[in-house]
Amino acid sequence: MYDGGKIIAGIIIGLLLLTFPIWYGLGRAAPKPDVKVPVKEKECVEPKAYMKNYHMQLLDLWRDSTVRVAKRSFIAFNGKKYEMSLQKTCMSADCHARKTEFCDQCHNYTGVVPYCWDCHIPPKEEPKRKPEEKH
Amino acid sequence: MAVNRRKFLKIGGASILAFGAKPAADALGISPTEWLDEKLGGFTIPETLLHLFRKPAGSVAGEALTAKRWAMVVNVRALDEEIAEACKEACHRVHNVPEIDNPKHEIKWIWQEEYEHVFPGQQHEHVDEALKKLPFLVMCNHCFNPPCCRVCPTKATFKRKKDGIVLMDMHRCIGCRFCMAACPFGARSFNWIIPWPRAGAEEERRFKGKEPPTPDYPTRAKGVVEKCNFCAERLAKGQIPACVEVSQELCKKKGREPALVFGDLEDPDSEVRQLLRLHYTIRRKPELGSHPNVYYIV
Repeated sequence: MYDGGKIIAGIIIGLLLLTFPIWYGLGRAAPKPDVKVPVKEKECVEPKAYMKNYHMQLLDLWRDSTVRVAKRSFIAFNGKKYEMSLQKTCMSADCHARKTEFCDQCHNYTGVVPYCWDCHIPPKEEPKRKPEEKH
Repeated sequence: MAVNRRKFLKIGGASILAFGAKPAADALGISPTEWLDEKLGGFTIPETLLHLFRKPAGSVAGEALTAKRWAMVVNVRALDEEIAEACKEACHRVHNVPEIDNPKHEIKWIWQEEYEHVFPGQQHEHVDEALKKLPFLVMCNHCFNPPCCRVCPTKATFKRKKDGIVLMDMHRCIGCRFCMAACPFGARSFNWIIPWPRAGAEEERRFKGKEPPTPDYPTRAKGVVEKCNFCAERLAKGQIPACVEVSQELCKKKGREPALVFGDLEDPDSEVRQLLRLHYTIRRKPELGSHPNVYYIV
């Protein structure tokens, strides 16, 4: 093998560079999402496990029903009737009143950027941690 | 490929069934597409399949205003500058329509227009001067045969089958602006800039007002088309459109007949139909065959 030493050294350096993100972050995992569930309201429109896995499909169904078919109410698993509205039902004062403490926690952790808030207005939050961040 | 007896009979049988579907449907009084619509509750077939294993959505809330075909009558003679401005203000407030100074970026749902622009076909050099000065209120005509819906590649704009309102689904709009080219009334506006300030969009803040006035109605994103929705969200709550409500209050105060009237065109006893019986009314560009649902008493 010609220039064996250089090639092997190059491969090692290359591997080190490629795996940089892995060993650089070793033992320093990002903080786990700290989701605050509403205190007042005990139940969501579906059981917790369902909401955890399928809230996006549920929101899609809500959006299509409301916008396209004008069916605006939803019978929840516990028989209660809700208005299908992200701003008025999900994010109401008694439920997920703080977007930064609920939605953003997991979405930031997993790097998911839904475009809901390009149009929908998140509830007003008085600045807590970062005073310069405004919504 | 030879057609044997067996195959011939098969094709013949299928053809008889196919040609028989139309008269059979006519006899039943409902077309297959209407029947399918009813069964699917307004959803398309893929949407139904998508939602098949999930909870069905509840029905319309009891208090909603419903009609077969919503229509509006604009009595221009009862309008004045002040009422027209109040209508525009009310509409733009409840729908978070931004007021942008640059006319190229302007968004409008309802606005005042001159006679010669509203009824270009009726214009001639001897038109009454008083008529030219009247504030004609124009908005989306919610056409019975809407050209915008025909051209939309994503079905983002669609005519709601149950009451004929032409709506926008902002989630689907890709901003191609075919609908703007198709609309003969210029009723649609495009969001060239982010309409309301949000984090990271400071440089785009070239408009009056700092925050959306209504937290109950969504704003729009950059790159979507928007227009009047006949206050579909208010109808669902049992309220008449914002412009109609405001104009009727003001007209009452001024002791005039109502300038804007809203109602069901299919209901012979509705206020709209009574006005159409009483007055001679015109519609915008009827020669195009889009059948606007906004009528003008001039």
